[in-house]
Amino acid sequence: MPERALRLNGPSLEIVERCDGKHTVQQIVSELQQIYSKAQPQKVEEDILGYLALLQKERALDFIPSNAGET
Amino acid sequence: MNETPAHPLALIAELTHRCPLHCVYCSNPLELQSRSNELSTETWSRVFQEAAQLGVLQADFTGGEPLARTDIIDLVRAARAAGLYVNLITSGLPLDESKLTALVAAGLDHIQLSFQGAREEPANEISGAKSHAQKLRVLEWVKQHRVALTLNFVIHRRNIDQLEAMVAHAESSNATRIEFANVQYYGWAFANRENLLPTREQLDQSLTLIKREQERLQGRIRIEYVVPDYYAKYPKPCMGGWGRKLMLITPSGDALPCHAAKVIPGLSFENVKTRSLREIWERSAAFQKFRGEDWMQEPCKTCDRREQDFGGCRCQALLLAGDATATDPVCSLAPMRPKVDAILAGMNSAPPDQLFAKPSWLYRTNPA
Repeated sequence: MPERALRLNGPSLEIVERCDGKHTVQQIVSELQQIYSKAQPQKVEEDILGYLALLQKERALDFIPSNAGET
Repeated sequence: MNETPAHPLALIAELTHRCPLHCVYCSNPLELQSRSNELSTETWSRVFQEAAQLGVLQADFTGGEPLARTDIIDLVRAARAAGLYVNLITSGLPLDESKLTALVAAGLDHIQLSFQGAREEPANEISGAKSHAQKLRVLEWVKQHRVALTLNFVIHRRNIDQLEAMVAHAESSNATRIEFANVQYYGWAFANRENLLPTREQLDQSLTLIKREQERLQGRIRIEYVVPDYYAKYPKPCMGGWGRKLMLITPSGDALPCHAAKVIPGLSFENVKTRSLREIWERSAAFQKFRGEDWMQEPCKTCDRREQDFGGCRCQALLLAGDATATDPVCSLAPMRPKVDAILAGMNSAPPDQLFAKPSWLYRTNPA
């Protein structure tokens, strides 16, 4: 991001690595639910949606229609 | 205690001082480097590699006008190959559709397009060139590309009433970010200050408008507003602190902790032609000079805010207090604050016809 940087570790890094214009939000959720299989799937999904919404609000990413994936 | 921060986050690459514009607030020094002194493509490419190895994440290509370099495509490619996020800060003047396509293909991540205003005539007056119409063309071309876009408006008394129209320009483009940067008063801007500094009333109105627009555009366009620090209660953490986050390389290769550092007497600067970036960052006397707190005077020395603003700006302390180690005089706690208050009081009590009379500008020149 211009004039800013994200400090990523653990789950935030796992999420951002998948924001590549190819993964859909649903794919990101399922993959992380597998990685964090000890956590409640519902909680993992909520956390991811919250984090993506925050990044969108900061204008670090855009959501694009699902036939094209999500950037 | 002068603990060296692990690494800078961004490299500000002043590729050239040549520029088609002559803006009256240019942040370049009054003494400009000529083309014959500019670093070669090879040296810049090495600098980008060294920067990435040092831990730098971003390269900000600036100038002058970075597009005045005929090797700009190669430079973008080299910085990208080194692993840096590449930001081009440009007036958009020496740009056409094919060059834009080539820049994006070379890996350009972000364009920051500068505007001198929302309307043609006053914008051209400030830049001393016919520049505004071309910028609007660039906005259209950028829509065809996958590259991030920020619109940058430098704000002052003569255009601070155009903020809404500036936002409208951004909304009709594909910008995701607007930077409204009030002029900071160094160099050329310091020389033109009496014609640029906004009034208190203008500033208050702009703050209300910005807050409203930030809320309205949330999630679409991020709006950043940099206030003129003469009106601030506390100083800005200039450059994120001296030698803490940023390293600037001049067109001829001198490594500086900030744009204006050369005005400070007694500092000598290392050059990337003879020293590695790591050596400069870790050991150069200029970068060490105002790191940490040992250099601070009261009230900074014992102030609770010293780790937030690092005493403000050293160049401003020199310009206004005559001493680079003084507390930044814009700070409400600074012994020299009365000087800033007197400047503001004089300006805010002047009659409008005087404040808005056509000035005789000192235009930025071009290097020999």
